[in-house]
Amino acid sequence: MAELSIKKQRNSIQQDAGTRIFNVIAVTIVSFFAIVCLLPFVLVLSGSFSDESQVAINGYKLFPQEFSLQAYKVVFSNLGDTIGNAYLVTIYVTLVGTVIGLLLTSMSGYVLSRTDFKHRDKAAFFIYFTTLFSGGLIPSYLVNTTFLHLNHSLWAVILPGLLGPFNIFLFRNYIKGIPHSLVESARIDGAGDFRVYWQIIIPLCKPVSATVGLFLALGYWNNWFGYSLYLISDKDKWGLQYLLYRMLARMTDAVKDSQIVMDALPSETMKLATAMLVTGPVLLFYPFAQRYFVSGLTIGGVKG
Amino acid sequence: MSEAIITVQTNENAKKKTKKKLFSDFREHKTYYFMLTPMIVFFILFSYLPMFGVYYAFVDYDFSKGIASKFVWFKNFEFLFQGGFDSIIWKLTKNTILYNIAFIGLNTFFQMSVAILLRELTYKKFVKTSQTLMFMPYFVSMVIISSIVYNLFNYDFGVINSAFTAMGFEKFDFYSTPAVWPFIIVAVEIWKGLGYGSVIYLASIMGIDESIYEAAYVDGASKWQRIIHITLPLLKPTVIVLLLFSLGGIMRGQFDLFWNIIGQNGFLLNATDIIDTYVYRSLTVNFSMGLGSAAGLFQSVFGLIVILTVNYIVKKADKENALF
Repeated sequence: MAELSIKKQRNSIQQDAGTRIFNVIAVTIVSFFAIVCLLPFVLVLSGSFSDESQVAINGYKLFPQEFSLQAYKVVFSNLGDTIGNAYLVTIYVTLVGTVIGLLLTSMSGYVLSRTDFKHRDKAAFFIYFTTLFSGGLIPSYLVNTTFLHLNHSLWAVILPGLLGPFNIFLFRNYIKGIPHSLVESARIDGAGDFRVYWQIIIPLCKPVSATVGLFLALGYWNNWFGYSLYLISDKDKWGLQYLLYRMLARMTDAVKDSQIVMDALPSETMKLATAMLVTGPVLLFYPFAQRYFVSGLTIGGVKG
Repeated sequence: MSEAIITVQTNENAKKKTKKKLFSDFREHKTYYFMLTPMIVFFILFSYLPMFGVYYAFVDYDFSKGIASKFVWFKNFEFLFQGGFDSIIWKLTKNTILYNIAFIGLNTFFQMSVAILLRELTYKKFVKTSQTLMFMPYFVSMVIISSIVYNLFNYDFGVINSAFTAMGFEKFDFYSTPAVWPFIIVAVEIWKGLGYGSVIYLASIMGIDESIYEAAYVDGASKWQRIIHITLPLLKPTVIVLLLFSLGGIMRGQFDLFWNIIGQNGFLLNATDIIDTYVYRSLTVNFSMGLGSAAGLFQSVFGLIVILTVNYIVKKADKENALF
């Protein structure tokens, strides 16, 4: 009896030591990755609050050098209108795209999940096939410009991003998990297919709606590509990311070509200040949104 | 006997019935069809119509003529394939595939490792905070990331070069050394996907029956042993499915990543040009629509062959995990 308890004790002590070593190593590794993920943003933030001349001499540092709001002041006074307009464009595109996209995605997911819809497998393959084969960028571009005439319109940015196979299947799989008896009882009470969707299914789809809505919103907010294809010459329709994209390219050009521009403007810290303004809302918002991503991704497989 | 008769009768009526069925199905579930219409129109316009657009791969595209441009058969492909191992398409394909292999392998390794470590750690606040931090890069656009990369690596005031100077080393000109960019690009890709990917693996690990771990704990298994003998074997199916998904996309490049970090820096293109960036340049810089379409078609067809092959092999080995 005594022997046994000693053995047990030793065992638990051994385990504790092993566990402790494990924990130290695990915490170290995970912390390292977490810091590596955070650090670049700290650099951008501190750079944007730095004095341009100090940056030119010392390069960027982890902490602001001679804390200054100069870059933000210049951005607001010289580019205030441009950035304000780009903000409005991005907000408009994000809102319209997310709302319409969510509506269409949920409708498609709902119909695909219905067992009394006979062609659901064919419809699912119709969607899935687009992930297997695509015409490619240039045919898409030519269809959008010469056939649909989306050139010079914000719809060129909004429309192509509305629906995606991944999101539709995410919705379908979630709705499949809703107990069928709920739908049945609504049917018996005389609800039609649309009424079931709108009054029974949608209210129960909050988690997946949040996830897909966030996917859509993030996609629209971070989009620069659509603008670069269809809205190059329409400056008043540039979204935030594309404006920054152009600033990054053009300011480097400006530095090369014209001495005046370089001397007059704190161009490097200005870029960082603009970057902070462009991405700020996302970084502030995402800790709250993150759990919806996590819950949505755990909904399960997205097989076609 | 009666069963056989019924079958014969059904066969006779089958044709009539399917027609009737289809119609009655439509009448009964009109709403379903109406609700699906936007989706169908969407994919026809934005996915299926462009598929017919692969026709442009066979023309010498002229902007003034559009679809009436001269049909040149395989001229565009001949140009792309010219020169065997020195050909444009060989370089692009090689880069695309090698980068993707590095992405897939290293992403899987890092994401899975982090997920396993997070599972074993019991400090809730630490796990939550580190997860939030690791998820951060996923939420910012590649444009922002490109400015971060530029500020890290540029010669005059990049963080790394100022650190070199501070430590007494000489500055290193990253932007004219092609050899370092594959490493930088792969690192950025891993960095951006770490939080997102580890969440997927973590979800799968959390799905493992807790009682297995408890039984192992009672038997005195250490955390290392639990990882090696429980978590890893039970995670294998998820890993295989995810690997297959990514293998299917091996011809698709991370355009956003490459274009924003490298852009048109001709000096680095040899090491960093992938099919997607070539197609984008064809469209926006060189205006050679025919060549770009041809490269795009090659990418799509080759990609489809890869997917079908992978799926075929998986189906033979294990039907459960096949894609379709």
